[in-house]
Amino acid sequence: MTVQELPGAAAYRPTPPPAWKPLTDPAPLLPDPEPYRVLGTDAAADVDPELLLRLYGELVRGRRYNTQATALTKQGRLAVYPSSTGQEACEIAAALVLEERDWLFPSYRDTLAAVARGLDPVEALTLLRGDRHTGYDPREHRIAPLCTPLATQLPHAVGLAHAARLKGDDVVALAMVGDGGTSEGDFHEALNFAAVWRAPVVFLVQNNGFAISVPLAKQTAAPSLAHKAVGYGMPGRLVDGNDAAAVHQVLGEAVARARRGGGPTLVEAVTYRMEAHTNADDATRYRVDSEVEAWRAHDPIRLLERELTGRGLLDEDGIGTVREAAERMAAGLREQMNADPVLDPMDLFAHVYEEQTEQLREQAARLRVELDAEHGESGAEEGR
Amino acid sequence: MTTVATMAGERAGTAKPATMAQALGRALRDSMAEDPTVHVLGEDVGTLGGVFRVTDGLAKEFGDDRCTDTPLAEAGILGAAVGMAMYGLRPVVEMQFDAFAYPAFEQLISHVAKMRNRTRGAMPLPITVRVPYGGGIGGVEHHSDSSEAYYMATPGLHVVMPATVEDAYGLLRESIASDDPVVFLEPKRLYWSKAAWSPDAPAAVEPIGRAVVRRSGRSATLITYGPSLPVCMEAAEAATAEGWDLEVVDLRSLVPFDDETVAASVRRTGRAVVVHESSGFGGPGGEIAARVTERCFHHLEAPVLRVAGFDIPYPPPMQERHHLPGVDRVLDAVARLQWEADN
Repeated sequence: MTVQELPGAAAYRPTPPPAWKPLTDPAPLLPDPEPYRVLGTDAAADVDPELLLRLYGELVRGRRYNTQATALTKQGRLAVYPSSTGQEACEIAAALVLEERDWLFPSYRDTLAAVARGLDPVEALTLLRGDRHTGYDPREHRIAPLCTPLATQLPHAVGLAHAARLKGDDVVALAMVGDGGTSEGDFHEALNFAAVWRAPVVFLVQNNGFAISVPLAKQTAAPSLAHKAVGYGMPGRLVDGNDAAAVHQVLGEAVARARRGGGPTLVEAVTYRMEAHTNADDATRYRVDSEVEAWRAHDPIRLLERELTGRGLLDEDGIGTVREAAERMAAGLREQMNADPVLDPMDLFAHVYEEQTEQLREQAARLRVELDAEHGESGAEEGR
Repeated sequence: MTTVATMAGERAGTAKPATMAQALGRALRDSMAEDPTVHVLGEDVGTLGGVFRVTDGLAKEFGDDRCTDTPLAEAGILGAAVGMAMYGLRPVVEMQFDAFAYPAFEQLISHVAKMRNRTRGAMPLPITVRVPYGGGIGGVEHHSDSSEAYYMATPGLHVVMPATVEDAYGLLRESIASDDPVVFLEPKRLYWSKAAWSPDAPAAVEPIGRAVVRRSGRSATLITYGPSLPVCMEAAEAATAEGWDLEVVDLRSLVPFDDETVAASVRRTGRAVVVHESSGFGGPGGEIAARVTERCFHHLEAPVLRVAGFDIPYPPPMQERHHLPGVDRVLDAVARLQWEADN
C-alpha cells in the first residue's frame, strides 16, 4: 500500500515550519571591498597634524628598533627576532590608539607595539633573548605577555574585556594576530565569545601575506579576513596596513565603539612582512624579489613622510631630528643588551606554585648543591 | 591525623544525608556568596543547572553574570577564564565531561599552568577547572575518560580528586580559594553517593596536598583516590576474612603529592598496592610505585603492585565492568603481596 492509498491521506497537509529570520542583519557588518586609506587622499587633510608627526616619529623609531634587534641576533645577543619591518604602522597604531587603562594582547611579532605603548625596550626582549619568559609585570603596563602559540591570547582578551565590563570599568582590550592565526580554533572561539558577550574588544589581524612560508591563498578561501567577522555577528573592517593614519583611524573607531558598549570589531590590516619570518628563516624559498620590491614602494614610513613633507609639516631638519632620536634609542638598546643579564637559577623553582610543593623543595635543594659544587670548583681554579 | 570517620562521629546528630553533587553545589554557592569575584562559567551551567545539576540554582541566586551559560567551546571557555582571572576575577569553569576538556588542553597547558611562571609571579591565575571524570555510569564513548595522568604531568597545575562528600565540599572550597590553578576531578560515579553531612556546619577537612588514612591496618597499604576509594574500602573489609588487615590511604590530590603520609603508611605495613581506574601504562600508579620504592625499599616485603584500568581506550558501557578495577582484582593483588611464599 502506498502513502496515497492510506485512508485519510488526501486530507494530510504538512504543518508549515515556524517563521525563520536571521538573528542579525549581515549587510552592515560586511567590510568595504577596498582597504580604507587616508594618506594621499582628501581624508588626510582632516587628520590632526600632531598625530601624523607622532605616528611618524614612532614609525622611524620602530623601524630602527627592528633593524637593531635583528643585528643583535647576528651577534648572539638575541636567540631569535621576528622582525615587523614593513608592519610598523599596524604596531604603532595599535599602541597609540589605546588609553592607559586599556589592555594590549600582543603576539610574538608585536614587540614594537609593546615598546610603543611604553614598555622598556630591553624588558620587551627578554622572551626573545631567552633569559625570562616575560620581563615585565603585565598588570603594571596592561600588556599581556607576548604570546607564542597562535591566537591563544585572543580568548584572554575577550575574558579580560568581559570582566572589566562586569566590574563597570571603562576598559577596552585590543588583541593582535597574524593571517595564519586566523585559521586556529582559538581565533574562532574568541570572536564568537566576544560577539555573543558583546565584549569591548578589538581584534587586529595583521595580514602580512605569509604564515612563515604559506601564502594567504593557501590559508583561507574567504573573500578577505575581515569578511570572517560577519559569521560571528560583528563588523569587519579592511584597512591599508601600511597607512598609519588609516589604521589609527579605523582602530580608533573600533575602540570607541567597544568603549560605548557597541561590542567587538574585527579589523584586517593588509600589509607585508618585508623580512623573513625570523632571522632563522629563508624567505627566498617562497617569494620573489619583485613582490617585495612592489611593497617597498608602499613603505609605511615613506607614505607618511611624503604626506608630511608635501603638506609642509616636515622638512629635512625634522627628519634628521627624528632619526637622531631613533639612533639614540638603538644605541641605548645595544648597550643594555650587551650586558649579560644576572640570573638566579633558584628562580626556576620560585614561581611554579604560590607555595613550593615538597617535591620542588627537594629539587631546589639538589640544584643548590650542584651550584655550590660548581662555584667551589671554579673558585679552586681561580685560586691556582 | 583526622579521618572522615572521626569527623562524622563528632558531628553526629546535626548531619543529614547529602550527595556529593549537592555538596559540590553548596561549595560553589558558598564560595560565590563569600567572594563576589567568584564566577562560574561553562556550557549548560546556568538555566539547566549543569547536566549533573551541580550548578543548580546558582544563576537564579547570583544572576547570569556570575553563573554564565557560554557558547559550546571549551578552549573559548577556559581562554576567557584566563582573561577574567587576569582582571582579578576567580573563575570556576565546568568542562561537563572529561573527554570534552581536550579542546581546552592548549589553554590549560600553555597558559593556565604557566602564567605564574611566565610572569615571574606577577600574574597568578586562580582558576578552578571542574571536570566530571571517570567511568562507571554507563556513559557512551568520550564520557568516561580518566585523564588525571595528563594533568599531573603538567607543572603549574594542582590536580585534586575528592572521594567523599566531606572532601567534595572542603576541597572545592579550597580549590576556588587557591591562587593557583586547580584541575578538580569529580568522580561521576560518586556524584550520587551519600553521607551524613551538614551544609550549615561543614566539618574541617585536611587541606589540598595532604593524604588521609581512611582505614588503619597492619598487613598492607592500599593507595588510591577518587572513584576507587569505595572499591578499596570494600576490598579492605572483605580481606579481613582472609586474615588481612589493610590500611587505605586516600591521596585526595596527585599534585601536590603527599609522599610523607604514603611512605609512613607503607613503612608500617611493608606492602603496598596502588589502585586507580585510569590505564596503568604511563598512569599515576607507576609514579606512585616508584616514589614508594625510593622511600621505603628497605621496609618492603614485596614489590609495589598496581591495580589499574587496562591499557585500552575506555570501553563501551556494556563492557566497562571488565575494565574498571573492582574488589576482586584488588584482593587478587593483595594475595600476590605474599611475595616470599610464592617466589
